[in-house]
Amino acid sequence: MGLCIIMLKPEVTATDEWKDNGPQDLVMENRQFGSKMTDSKYFTTTKKGEIFELKAELNSDKKEKKKEAVKKVIASMTVGKDVSALFPDVVNCMQTDNLELKKLVYLYLMNYAKSQPDMAIMAVNTFVKDCEDPNPLIRALAVRTMGCIRVDKITEYLCEPLRKCLKDEDPYVRKTAAVCVAKLHDINAQLVEDQGFLDTLKDLISDSNPMVVANAVAALSEIAESHPNSNLLDLNPQSINKLLTALNECTEWGQIFILDCLANYTPRDDRESQSICERVTPRLSHANSAVVLSAVKVLMKFMEMLPKDLDYYGTLLKKLAPPLVTLLSAEPELQYVALRNINLIVQKRPEILKHEMKVFFVKYNDPIYVKLEKLDIMIRLASQANIAQVLAELKEYATEVDVDFVRKAVRAIGRCAIKVEQSAERCVSTLLDLIQTKVNYVVQEAIVVIKDIFRKYPNKYESVIATLCENLDSLDEPEARAAMIWIVGEYAERIDNADELLESFLEGFHDESTQVQLQLLTAIVKLFLKKPTETQELVQQVLSLATQDSDNPDLRDRGYIYWRLLSTDPVAAKEVVLAEKPLISEETDLIEPTLLEELICHIGTLASVYHKPPSAFVEGSRGVMHKRLPARTGSGEGMECPDVGNAAGGSAPEAAPSIIPSQGDLLGDLLNLDLAPPTTTGPTPSTSGMQMGGMDLLGGGLDSLLGGDIGGSPAMGAGFGAAPAVMPTSLNAPVGGGLGDLFDLGGGVGMPMGAYIPPKTVWLPAMKAKGLEISGTFARRAGVIQMELVLTNKAMSVMTDFAIQFNRNSFGLAPAGPLQVLTPLGPNQTIEVSLPLSTVGPVMKMDPLNNLQVAVKNNIDVFYFSCQYPISMLFVEDGKMERQVFLATWKDIPNDNESQFQIQDCHLNSEAASNKLQGSNIFTIAKRTVEGQDMLYMSIKLSNGIWVLAELKVQAGNPNNYTISLKCRAPEVSQCVFQCYEAVLKN
Amino acid sequence: MSASAVFVLDLKGKVLICRNYKGDVDMAEIDHFLPLLMTQEEEGLTCPIMSHGNVHFLWIKHTNLYLVATTNKNSNASLVYAFLYKVVEVFTEYFTELEEESIQDNFVVVYELLDELMDFGFPQTTDSKILQEYITQEGTKLEVAKTKVPTTVTNAVSWRSEGIKYKKNEVFIDVIESINLLVNANGSVMSSDIVGTVKLKTMLSGMPELRLGLNDRALFALTGRDKGKTVTMEDVKFHQCVRLSRFESDRTISFIPPDGESELMSYRINTHVKPLIWIESVIEKFSHSRVEIMVKAKGQFKKQSVANNVEVRVPVPSDADSPKFKTSTGHAKYVPEKNLAVWTIKSFPVSGKEFLMRASFGLPSVENDEMEGKPPITVNFEIPYFTVSGIQVRYMKIIEKSGYQALPWVRYITQSGDYQLRSNF
Repeated sequence: MGLCIIMLKPEVTATDEWKDNGPQDLVMENRQFGSKMTDSKYFTTTKKGEIFELKAELNSDKKEKKKEAVKKVIASMTVGKDVSALFPDVVNCMQTDNLELKKLVYLYLMNYAKSQPDMAIMAVNTFVKDCEDPNPLIRALAVRTMGCIRVDKITEYLCEPLRKCLKDEDPYVRKTAAVCVAKLHDINAQLVEDQGFLDTLKDLISDSNPMVVANAVAALSEIAESHPNSNLLDLNPQSINKLLTALNECTEWGQIFILDCLANYTPRDDRESQSICERVTPRLSHANSAVVLSAVKVLMKFMEMLPKDLDYYGTLLKKLAPPLVTLLSAEPELQYVALRNINLIVQKRPEILKHEMKVFFVKYNDPIYVKLEKLDIMIRLASQANIAQVLAELKEYATEVDVDFVRKAVRAIGRCAIKVEQSAERCVSTLLDLIQTKVNYVVQEAIVVIKDIFRKYPNKYESVIATLCENLDSLDEPEARAAMIWIVGEYAERIDNADELLESFLEGFHDESTQVQLQLLTAIVKLFLKKPTETQELVQQVLSLATQDSDNPDLRDRGYIYWRLLSTDPVAAKEVVLAEKPLISEETDLIEPTLLEELICHIGTLASVYHKPPSAFVEGSRGVMHKRLPARTGSGEGMECPDVGNAAGGSAPEAAPSIIPSQGDLLGDLLNLDLAPPTTTGPTPSTSGMQMGGMDLLGGGLDSLLGGDIGGSPAMGAGFGAAPAVMPTSLNAPVGGGLGDLFDLGGGVGMPMGAYIPPKTVWLPAMKAKGLEISGTFARRAGVIQMELVLTNKAMSVMTDFAIQFNRNSFGLAPAGPLQVLTPLGPNQTIEVSLPLSTVGPVMKMDPLNNLQVAVKNNIDVFYFSCQYPISMLFVEDGKMERQVFLATWKDIPNDNESQFQIQDCHLNSEAASNKLQGSNIFTIAKRTVEGQDMLYMSIKLSNGIWVLAELKVQAGNPNNYTISLKCRAPEVSQCVFQCYEAVLKN
Repeated sequence: MSASAVFVLDLKGKVLICRNYKGDVDMAEIDHFLPLLMTQEEEGLTCPIMSHGNVHFLWIKHTNLYLVATTNKNSNASLVYAFLYKVVEVFTEYFTELEEESIQDNFVVVYELLDELMDFGFPQTTDSKILQEYITQEGTKLEVAKTKVPTTVTNAVSWRSEGIKYKKNEVFIDVIESINLLVNANGSVMSSDIVGTVKLKTMLSGMPELRLGLNDRALFALTGRDKGKTVTMEDVKFHQCVRLSRFESDRTISFIPPDGESELMSYRINTHVKPLIWIESVIEKFSHSRVEIMVKAKGQFKKQSVANNVEVRVPVPSDADSPKFKTSTGHAKYVPEKNLAVWTIKSFPVSGKEFLMRASFGLPSVENDEMEGKPPITVNFEIPYFTVSGIQVRYMKIIEKSGYQALPWVRYITQSGDYQLRSNF
């Protein structure tokens, strides 16, 4: 260090030794480790009668001796000796006024209580007493230790002390007690619930002390995680506000608990989302990397709700880059976690880091796991703008010594070529340079990637084949051999000695790996089709090797197919074998979108490091709903109904008969049709007022509110986020019948065939509901899910004050507005109502999955029924997957998740089926015809972001039979999806 | 949420001390740790996260110890690592050196600390200064005065105790900038940035409110005053004590400082200035006979500053022998255990001066079969009195309710960070 000090106040002179000046340690005078006898002496007693001796010492009258003895016991415990035999003697020492001794005894208890449950009860009294000690340190110590004694028998004795500690005047005790609730819940959940501790814990979220709040949040999150359906973390704008306030005051760890908890919340709309983001962004400047990553998680999730054209959205994007870059200066392990997460972030929002390529350049002293991750990100960020630099770097890496790193670097060069077309030529020449190094694994890796480059840019770089062929002999890895053989076969016509080359491989055919054998078989068949005259012998040789001498069924089958093809129809063989190959995609290893969204919700956690959903590696989390990003909801226009605007200009009014209302109810129906979903907060106060009403559904204060609005508040028009332009003030005017048609149009446009709507069934028979009969069905119209109800009054008295509510269900279905029954329902009257539904309600997995429990209230009583909805109404309009993504996803989903179903006797051909399915948002992505059998590939996206991929095989006949294979990350939905297929195709 | 248990292991994988926080992972699982690590090391692919069955090990290494956290949940991995590093920091403050021996020598305190640092997997108080107020090395007697929970533990100000007293109130501010540089073999700068830190040594009584003013461009843009040179900070990170939301809204750095030494803030700046010390090297390897090294070091800074203790570290092949050096200034020596030739220059004017070092080594006639990596040339240096970025402390306001006068002192220094120049040998 230099010696000079620059003064701010010139009159004071500098001093050289200020570093050593002044009182160094105010509180640590007694901390002279060197001069004191160390604890290591306790580890030295290894005599035979040790236990016996310790026993005597523990029961000594002298306090000092007792303490020394306990220390020896703990020392033995630490080195793994079994000292459980001393249990009663140690517990006897518990009643002491020496804090250090007490801590040691407690430590002993935690370790051995489980093995001595009966004796552990001896300790209960002391715990109870200690929880009332005047010293808060002792109270906290007692309550902390209590929870760690995982003995069922004694837990109930601990409830009273815990209850007191939760209300302790000292925050140190309260924060410890809060955690103890989570501990106790882990041992005996029922007990905790019965004792009402969960409520007390919830109350602590409003505690005046930030540390208590943080621990209460942590404890609740922990409990909620193991009981996903408990709805414990009942997050609402008020509680969120409290958390955000505590965020500014608590310790770094508390901030992480709170941020992780916030990440579970789904804001109501973009404005709430923005205001939370604004209050979370300052955390990006925290010195603790874990705080930063948790903040990034919240921001990445909530950003999803912001409209992209919002200025704030751009600001936020800019704010995210610098802290992410700074994470790369953290300790290597934290860097690793950060890099794995950056890998996700770059896939989700490439724009954030697109200018930051340089920071991912590898340093010589980076640990290998950091190097490999940086490489991955470099490739993801590679673009035309930075490719020159990237290539120079990759070339540098390819000459390093670390084999895995070098391999990956070579592979990366190939990937750059495929990704950035302009760089392909440079990449190829770089690869050729590398092949010249003759370093065996570099050459092999290069050949593997060159094969891909040939696939991507056919007829461009084949001139390098000669160089590749020179290295034939040095290839000893199956992947490289297979790649080389593929190249030779593919370009057989340009390689003079292709037959010789391939023949040379044939000699050791049976020693090759399957990969190489298959490739060789195909290559020789290609060669034969290209140069039939010279290679007849060769092809026969390989076919017999494959079919007769091999035990491998794949190889044999392929051999037979070729054989038959060649012998029956050489022209067809040529078409099949030499068919034009589909292009390979630019990006590799992309994470499938549903999974990516889920992982973004888990930033910073193990899931984000493994790139696997938690359900894949955490036991007991199978049934847990996958986390997902919130849907974007605008506050101005109803995003859910993009087609309604066109409705006015539409030409083919196609009114579904079921919802043409009787004249008197027309107005009510109109309101329903275009009612905005509750996630949409309108710009006018009246709208939000209406939604408040919707939430307060069974309260009853709603009628007046609506009644008032119907009367003709012009603001109402604005509330119908969906179609303000279409019906500006017409609400005030008398509504003619024609208008009804106009609005129904919304359902027709954009759905050529119309979605399948199952026939109405009786859900609630009159005899079960004091005369109220309810039948209904579900429909999806212009992206809005509708529950269409027919209410019939079969009783003698008039029914009024209708309201409806759903129980939590698998897909978060909830009424998007109140049930619009405006006039009293007289005896024997029937009314048809359609209720728009949203999918942002609370989620709980139901059995069967599409079960919905409904409560309907009227002036007489509350009635309950359950019904099942066709899952097809959850299929969203943007469910058409990119072909490439489809392929990757199909491959990526494990085969265990595939289920197959049959549909017999259907009269539709594949064309008609495809059209019909499209009407229900089941999109055909590709079609293939194999031997007269049509194969359709389809994708479906559910409202909660789950993708379902389907392969539909149409066995032509009269009638047709279909075979459906469904693949999905959440295989639970397959059965329901199949039911929809059946319903759609058969109706 | 985070760790189920924390272990401290020696290099052989023996558990020195451990603490089971949640009881949901069998403590015997730790026996799988070292075998897993060995397998990975053999394959040359270590990873800070390893798993065995459904148990995950998150580990760091410190001196001759492994600190391992286990979990079977989807834990917050970044939190776990940050915590493990914090544990190292706290133990180091307590025992000066954290190593096998110090753990054994102090196992009682280690247990006490582990109990206080984390509860049920949730990190609690991890500020060692505060911990030292109630977890002391000597056995604590139940004298009321000593065993009260410091209110600091649960206060919003969890990093400073009340009632601190100094005769003379002073605060020392160190602004230290480290230059990270990566230059590739053909001499182009791949990346270059400055990581600055502002360190405090606070010797102030009571609960003082401090406000630090820098010539931060964003601040000046905000206030509209633009006098003199300003600096754009790419990313700023602050100590827990700084009010982040305040900084976010008006760029004011306001805080109640921790007592004694602390790192107040760090920042990152992308530079486009020329590297202060430029190295050109020619390394010629004549197989089976010798290596010739020529290194030219050149100061490239306009200002009349002097870099102290400059060390240019040039990699040489591991089988080199009989070194010969010639330098135009300073002296060079061979450090065979690190395969380096180190050229030291005590004082190096960074304004345009050039120095030369030549070295030659013999090589054995039998060639080493093993491929060797290509370590870069690294440079260490220290330049007192100034910051490359030009950042300056404009003021430090100290307000305490007792109204004392306090003196702030500032010192600037620029040093090498990760300063690497790839060579083409």
